[in-house]
Amino acid sequence: MSGGALVVYAVAALAVVSALGVISARQPIHAALWMVANFGLTAILYLALHAPFIAAAQLIVYAGAIMVLFVFVVMLFGRQEAALDEPLGGQRPLALAGLAALGFVLVRAVLQTPQGAGSAAEPDPGFGSAGAIGAVLFKDWVLPFELMGLLLLAAVVGVVVIAHYRQDAGAADGGSTGT
Amino acid sequence: MSMPIDHVMALSAVLFIIGAAGVLLRRNTIVVLMSVELMLNAVNITLVAASRLHLTLDGQLFVFFALTVAAAEVAVGLALVVAIFHALGRSDVDDISAMHG
Repeated sequence: MSGGALVVYAVAALAVVSALGVISARQPIHAALWMVANFGLTAILYLALHAPFIAAAQLIVYAGAIMVLFVFVVMLFGRQEAALDEPLGGQRPLALAGLAALGFVLVRAVLQTPQGAGSAAEPDPGFGSAGAIGAVLFKDWVLPFELMGLLLLAAVVGVVVIAHYRQDAGAADGGSTGT
Repeated sequence: MSMPIDHVMALSAVLFIIGAAGVLLRRNTIVVLMSVELMLNAVNITLVAASRLHLTLDGQLFVFFALTVAAAEVAVGLALVVAIFHALGRSDVDDISAMHG
């Protein structure tokens, strides 16, 4: 019991550390690596919360597909200047104060809300498995599932349109942008 | 379960705040997009925790859909960033001010 709790709390602490690494990294590629760490740690947390299918989807979609996209774009941009001391004017103290207030309210509200009696009960063994998720998905959530397909199609069409627009604009501006 | 649900939700709140800090304090567009992903991820943790708390799978289904939306959002967002980078030669958030009132 205490051993498992120790592991979960260690994972939670590392998740916070990796999130801080994302927003404080000087190079975008370092931020991307911290991000992979954060997604992996979140997947471990999902396993501890009896969500094995979501943990696997997290690893495949987030740590796999999305991070490959990010790293690909970072590679396209090339090495950028280290820019942590970005000139932001008076925005920084204002943002920090607002975030501190929001964080205080959120954490306090979460910790003071009494949780229901459900948390003590142990879920049945199949809870969160691919089979259980699929049964609910195709019984109760069919329409959102189909709409997700439509959304992905719209995203694909949109990306293709954006990519083509860039090529046409570059050619119209004199064609000196060719790569 | 070896960690109280409210502690998981507090962790999620902390991660959300860190992501919001990245959005507000960084100017590199890619890092800002990553911070948005961090915030989405934090909310997903809350949904999974609520699903575990109430022993229903609906929260995990929400996370499944959020994953899909995040994938679509990242694809379109990064395509826009690449287009802006090719048009301007830079990728700072402050450079994208053509619609500034």
